[in-house]
Amino acid sequence: MKKLVLLAVFALATAVTYAGGYRVSLQGNKALAMGHTGVAVVNSAESVFFNPAGLVYLENKLSISAGVSGVFSSVAYQNDTFGTYAETDNPISTPLYFYASYQATDWLAFGLGVYTPYGSTVEYEDDWAGSHLVNNIDLQAIFIQPSVSFKINDKFSVGGGPIYVTGSVNFNRNLSRSLTDLEGNRSEVTIDASGVNNWGWTAGFMFNPTDNLRIGANYRSEIILDAEDGDADFQNVPNSPLTPFIDTQFDASLPMPAELTVGLSYEFCEKWTFAFDYNRAFWDVYESLSIDFANAQVPDSENLRNYKNASTYRFGLQYDVTEMFTLRAGYYFDETPVRDGYFAPETPRNDSSGYTAGLTVNVGDHFQIDASFLYLHFKEVDASYDYYFDQGVRAPFSGTYKSSAFVPGLGVSYKL
Amino acid sequence: MKNTINICLGLLAIGFVSCEPEFDNPVNEEGFYDSGSANFSNYVAVGNSLTAGFADNALYITGQQNSYPNILAGQFDFAGGGEFTQPLMNDNLGGLLLNGTQIADNRLVLSVGAGGERAPVILEGTPTTEITNGPTGPFNNMGIPGAKSFHLVAPGYGNAAAVPTGAANPYYARIATSTNATVLADAASQNPSFFSLWIGNNDILSYATSGGVGEDQTGNTDITTYGPNDITDPNVFASVYSQEVNALSASASGGALINIPDVTSIPYFTTVPAQAIPLDAATAAAVNAQFALYNTQVLPGLVAASFITQEEADARMISFSAGQNFPIMTDDDLTDVTQILIAQGLPADTAELLGQLRQVNNDDLIVLPASSILGTAPNPDIPTNIVGVSLPLGDEFVLTSVEQSRVATASAAYNATIQGIASANDLAFVDARAALNQVAQGGVAYNGGVLTSTFATGGAFSLDGVHPTPRGYAYTANVMIDAINAKYNATIPKVEIGNYATITLTNN
Repeated sequence: MKKLVLLAVFALATAVTYAGGYRVSLQGNKALAMGHTGVAVVNSAESVFFNPAGLVYLENKLSISAGVSGVFSSVAYQNDTFGTYAETDNPISTPLYFYASYQATDWLAFGLGVYTPYGSTVEYEDDWAGSHLVNNIDLQAIFIQPSVSFKINDKFSVGGGPIYVTGSVNFNRNLSRSLTDLEGNRSEVTIDASGVNNWGWTAGFMFNPTDNLRIGANYRSEIILDAEDGDADFQNVPNSPLTPFIDTQFDASLPMPAELTVGLSYEFCEKWTFAFDYNRAFWDVYESLSIDFANAQVPDSENLRNYKNASTYRFGLQYDVTEMFTLRAGYYFDETPVRDGYFAPETPRNDSSGYTAGLTVNVGDHFQIDASFLYLHFKEVDASYDYYFDQGVRAPFSGTYKSSAFVPGLGVSYKL
Repeated sequence: MKNTINICLGLLAIGFVSCEPEFDNPVNEEGFYDSGSANFSNYVAVGNSLTAGFADNALYITGQQNSYPNILAGQFDFAGGGEFTQPLMNDNLGGLLLNGTQIADNRLVLSVGAGGERAPVILEGTPTTEITNGPTGPFNNMGIPGAKSFHLVAPGYGNAAAVPTGAANPYYARIATSTNATVLADAASQNPSFFSLWIGNNDILSYATSGGVGEDQTGNTDITTYGPNDITDPNVFASVYSQEVNALSASASGGALINIPDVTSIPYFTTVPAQAIPLDAATAAAVNAQFALYNTQVLPGLVAASFITQEEADARMISFSAGQNFPIMTDDDLTDVTQILIAQGLPADTAELLGQLRQVNNDDLIVLPASSILGTAPNPDIPTNIVGVSLPLGDEFVLTSVEQSRVATASAAYNATIQGIASANDLAFVDARAALNQVAQGGVAYNGGVLTSTFATGGAFSLDGVHPTPRGYAYTANVMIDAINAKYNATIPKVEIGNYATITLTNN
């Protein structure tokens, strides 16, 4: 247990997360190994995240799952008209999760979850071709969710709970494509806000029409992180009334969109389980990244995003090999919320396919080791961001992007 | 348990080695861009201030970093280009020291006054570039600010001791391999695999920017008799230019020759309008009264005595009216009637004022520095003596149509030579004249703007009104890339000119 605490502290200290877009689906090693399905799966405390309604069907008095992933991700950019090339140098991020479920009575279970479903760390080389859009961004959000789960009868349960989110953002970009100080250093701004908090909620139900089939649905509300009075730090700005960029405060809003999941799981041939989840993420709330600087002299920054709602289709398979081993595999297709012409390099996300695998090893009666592996494949895509304006004139930023991510994960489950 | 950990470590290792995303056709992979039949491994650029990266009336580090040869070399790097060295200045101020004494001003920056007015001012600071303590080459960028065609082959042009007399060039003295070296030999001895030559601009430009105060030396091939602001004889130009191309071609797989732009396409000549003097009706009437005798008696008298033609008399008539007016000027191409008028009994100062006097007309080009003196009273004791109204604008502030035609004739001859030699030697010919005319006439659109030659705001020209901004140099580099790609069947990518800076804003 001591080791686990240390791991959790380490992970919190570096709670940076995956680069492609800022939804990061790494909320449980068992589920991830099955394509990150779980709204209709009952096998561990991971249900706190996937569908709290399922907690009450767990067989043990106490279930705990915790784990961490190592995200190795990178984005490459090139433009063959100009020969420009850039590759992100993202630090290895380690999103974590911790879930506990306690069976109070036959019909009532309590749960607690700590997880990081949104985040982004993208670091381009300073002053790269798209530095007027982003040099680097580090967005973090930790969700803390107490839950309760009621069994209405053997076939139907409901569950849910409030979510407390605490987040931070650090974002650096150059002020324009060409502005420099006298020594040729590019003028830039860093905005930084931390301790940005807000509340949301989640709720779901689970329906078990037969012994082998479960159907589940879960909804997690939209949570908008309103950064107020963050610090805006301007560097390398020429000493001129024509460039009135002085350090000030800023307000900005970043939405964590609502997500609806419906799905099913089906046990067959005794040792096999199939699961399917459908996610609908309501990204249309993310219309613009607007940075409102407190000092009226400093021009506000309006960056259109205009995201659309997007779906994810997830498929998972589980096979109980022996008492000791369980094997899992999965696949998902993740639609991008980014529309044509709005492809910004700080969230360089196009459609992706996730291939997952993993296993659980039982160590004694109470402990399980959960391992998972995700390879996220993005197609090479020609894309542009058409809503950057250079002194009022539209100046699209276009090129070819190619992203990839490898995510090994390791966790433990404890049952009593 | 142990196995599980091993598997996980193995997976981690896979993540480390293969997480780099790879394009199907990466631009940074050898062979994506092609050098064609050219070899860019050792590119040497030869020329004047334009090649050096001079801007804002000075040479300074960031300007040099954005010189067109440096931009080109950066793009050549995609197809076998090698290292490109430049004799970087010591600072971003740009002033020059000779034995500790400042001999060239710092760069110009755009400053905003208390009332919001914007004007170029000299950047404050003590420059640190001492020409007697220059860096050691060789340098791929052999652009020497101020050099004319024949200077490149002149021994001693880099002798620091001769800088004060004007016989040598401080920028070359800083980097010359010896006091007796020539720019051409220092360039050619690097055995360039590819070269560019852009020379000849100053052979007409110093005449033009000085408002035609120099001589047109066409017909005189003795360059030892030339003054600094003279037009070089086209035969002299042709001779030294051919010598230069031969020397640079000796080792090269190819090269690019760049022609001479039209001086009337640069803001130095197009910013100050010919009708620069605003007057109200009363003032105009008062000024006209002062010139009434000149118009009605002196000029007709000179015509009657056959000292001047009626045509010249018409050109010399002075007339102001309410609104914008042409300033008065001294034109050294007019008949000098000072002594005649003195002989007629006019006071010497009046005779001198009228000696070569006329009003500017729409065919004249007023140079940029005139903007700071037009309409001013240089002598505070005589506030009624206003430049352009009662005091003539000096000849050095106006490039008259006669002077323009001398410049045009000479530059046409140079350009014919350049194009002919390019063709004879099968080298890339870069039509900078056409490219800059396009900037001056309507502008050149790029991603996020239009590049024009409007002073300070057009984006193409720096605050001296003559030399390009980094964005202007980037455009020049693109024009060269087009010509080089076409000539050598290469596929060098161009640069995004919107990413290059324009003028520098700073309040001292």
